[in-house]
Amino acid sequence: MHLVIIGNGITGVTAALTARRLQPAARITLVSDETTHHFSRTALMYVYMGHLRYPDIKPYEDWFWQENRLDLVFATATGLDLQRKELTLSTERILSYDQLLLATGSVSRFAGWPGQDLRGVQGLYSLPDMARMSRDTHDIKHAVVVGGGLIGIELAEMLHSRGIQVTLLVRDAHYWASVLPKPEAELIDQQLRAHHINVRYRTELAELLPNTEGHVQTVCTTTGEKILTQWVGLATGVTPNIELAKAAGLATDRGILVNELLETSAQGVYAAGDCAQHRQPGAGEVPIEQLWYTGRAQGETVAHTICGQPLPYRRGTWFNSAKFFNLEYQTYGRVPVVPAPGEESFYWQHPTAPLAFRINFRPDAQFAVTGMNAMGIRQRHEVWEAWLQAATPVQTVLQELGAANFDPEFFRQHEAAIVRQFNEQFPAQPVTLKRRRGLLRALQLNRAAR
Amino acid sequence: MASAVPLILTPPPVPNTPGLEKALLTSVGLGLVALTTVAFDADAQRAKFSFWVALTLIGGGTLGWAWRHFGQGPAGVRHNNLWLRGSTGRGAVAWLTAVVLTGFYVVLYWFSSPDDQGNFGPLNQLVHALDPFSQALRHKPSDQWFLYGTFYTLAILVMGGRALWRYRHSPYQRVRTVSVMFFQLGFAFLLPGLLLAFQRPEYYFSYFWPLKYDYLFPGTVGYLLKDGGPGLGVFMVFWGVVMSFVGTPILTYFYGKRWYCSWVCGCGGLAETAGDPYRHLSDKSRAAWRWEVRIIYAVLVLIVLLTALLWLAASGAVPALQPVADPLSRAYGFAIGSVFSGVIGVGFYPLLGSRVWCRFGCPMAAYLGLLQKHFSRFRITTNGAQCISCGNCSNVCEMGIDVKQYAQRGEPIIRAACVGCGLCSTACPRGVLNLENGPREGRYQSSQLIHPDSLRILS
Repeated sequence: MHLVIIGNGITGVTAALTARRLQPAARITLVSDETTHHFSRTALMYVYMGHLRYPDIKPYEDWFWQENRLDLVFATATGLDLQRKELTLSTERILSYDQLLLATGSVSRFAGWPGQDLRGVQGLYSLPDMARMSRDTHDIKHAVVVGGGLIGIELAEMLHSRGIQVTLLVRDAHYWASVLPKPEAELIDQQLRAHHINVRYRTELAELLPNTEGHVQTVCTTTGEKILTQWVGLATGVTPNIELAKAAGLATDRGILVNELLETSAQGVYAAGDCAQHRQPGAGEVPIEQLWYTGRAQGETVAHTICGQPLPYRRGTWFNSAKFFNLEYQTYGRVPVVPAPGEESFYWQHPTAPLAFRINFRPDAQFAVTGMNAMGIRQRHEVWEAWLQAATPVQTVLQELGAANFDPEFFRQHEAAIVRQFNEQFPAQPVTLKRRRGLLRALQLNRAAR
Repeated sequence: MASAVPLILTPPPVPNTPGLEKALLTSVGLGLVALTTVAFDADAQRAKFSFWVALTLIGGGTLGWAWRHFGQGPAGVRHNNLWLRGSTGRGAVAWLTAVVLTGFYVVLYWFSSPDDQGNFGPLNQLVHALDPFSQALRHKPSDQWFLYGTFYTLAILVMGGRALWRYRHSPYQRVRTVSVMFFQLGFAFLLPGLLLAFQRPEYYFSYFWPLKYDYLFPGTVGYLLKDGGPGLGVFMVFWGVVMSFVGTPILTYFYGKRWYCSWVCGCGGLAETAGDPYRHLSDKSRAAWRWEVRIIYAVLVLIVLLTALLWLAASGAVPALQPVADPLSRAYGFAIGSVFSGVIGVGFYPLLGSRVWCRFGCPMAAYLGLLQKHFSRFRITTNGAQCISCGNCSNVCEMGIDVKQYAQRGEPIIRAACVGCGLCSTACPRGVLNLENGPREGRYQSSQLIHPDSLRILS
């Protein structure tokens, strides 16, 4: 079998590694026009900030690919012939395949603003984007970032590291309002203020005006403000990269349409990761998932199907994490911005330090926990996975909360304060904290769940 | 869209150093110049004065700078421009620092032994500048090793202050830094000095065989028993034997190698403080790992054989050994004790990172590493499937462990080399890594939330 994978991001690479494991004899080719070797997209910011060099964000050393017989082709896939099962490359090479995986990722999404193509205006998705940003922000004093999501704050942090003054435009009344409840967002706002980022909430981009040389100079906002600037970062989201799929005649919508086996409309052609759009997403799940973790999970799943072990894609218990300047965030299960009907939300915040903890649960379903947010506190993935899978009552979770503590040694433990406040808020069934931090209990829970 | 060379990043300008920081760094520079003049000053009084002025400028300037640079503003990981600055990114400043450090070690080891007139060569004035302090602490005049010990301790204390500010957001790092400062000042500087003042053998209770190899050599044991007297001398020998063969395995069983390497040891103490700006420079490649395994266990075998040989020779059972034993132990002292641990180990900090000696050469680290890998409750746990392969953990690993190889596979990190400094956990932006002691059963168990590929990554 010759498996060709277009895209060497986390999805394509995970699929390649899994396929190599399942079919040691298969010929596997990875095609990418971004880099020869796989790199961690989420780590681009650290290269810009000088924490790491480009080679440091490659998850595998260069010998790895050859030793595992994974052929790397550095070229753009310009054409796809579904009948003849052939791929045309920018190098004019024709690559024939038995199975094809499209893991083409995303492209930055712009809203069609006047002036969005001016020099000094860009998104941040790819390595070339980062190189361009690095060049264009040399020696500048001020930049505007548009977008109140993960990439928006990332851009602000990157620019801040070079001493560039940043104005951040956020459409909603608080940061990441589509995902975070307000109290958590306010902790992030504290971070923004501590790092002297000027945030304009309820403000969108209206228009970008150039100077005489065609370089962006003025940002006009929907509130009528005109901001003089030298560089503009657009972080208003990404959209599936479906150019090749569309031209080849595959069924597409916003993304490349796939069934639960991640099969596209053509036989032997699959799509996974950012570029795939699920025809029937699971309950409460979105049709297009654009996360590192979902990319990895989809890549692994699709490789099974490709290798003759059909495996439907199941998202599993939701989890995610991020870091906003110095504030870490972890979430397990579902925590909507406002609790779903029938759901209660318990929120604890440290009186002074940027630490917070939220648990959602359903009083009408034996108080089963449904999700949690942790800000500035690390939580153990396995333990939460087990609790959420078992629909564990919130009282049991709080009693055992120490088992989920993943903070390093000597860090102050806040479980007692959390439980105390829970008992004040929900006095009907008081909880006694039974367990402080410990690996032993976490292992026991883990074993019990297995 | 495809470009032949995907990424040539023009190094961006590093932001200007603020005025006060610049002034404080200038004070450090002036201090270094003043220290150099001491060596060439014929006037002993003036040299003494310059010496203390120099130390004040260097120490005060460094602490002041660290307080401004790391102690102000929001607490958190501060790695901006780490690889872009010449001083920490193998630039001209780093090379200059390495040459100066290496040169100092060469002079110290081979050109500063006192002659008949008590002249310590190029270091003479520096050594004598410490005479009053040495008299006060040790009741004897200063020598080149006292000068070295003083510099070493000051480096750990001053740069320890810097580390405390830099890592003020992490209680683990704060406690650990205070620990290495405490053990250096108390156990490796003041206590040995006081022992001398009481005319007892100068003994370091924080160093053990096989790092401090001669502590179990017949010559040293005999000398300790004789000069230490029946009480203290016996206790010193007893302490050395017990710590090497009983204390070390027990402590390593419960806490891993870290109880020693990043909490107590002076070499580790210097690496964690003065070497902290260079920790990321360690080589993470598989090739470097292979060299590490080849060299470090060879050194361990060498010192075990040498020790056995010396005892055999001392016993008189094999007379033929008598003439070779002494030259062999001196050869080890020269090649491993001086060149490897000092000149290369510390001199090359700014180029190869802060743990070259600990990683490639230290027999104690090899011994602790074997215990840690096979007889310990210690491991670094990976948090489920949260790893994003960003590489920050590998970057800060001073021992050159490619931590992300384990983290991205959801595997616990159990490596002989790991000294448990905890920086991978501190630097991780997603809360993935945690140093833990726990049951040995299932210690290698991977996370069920990620399905590690069984490809040859770590072989």
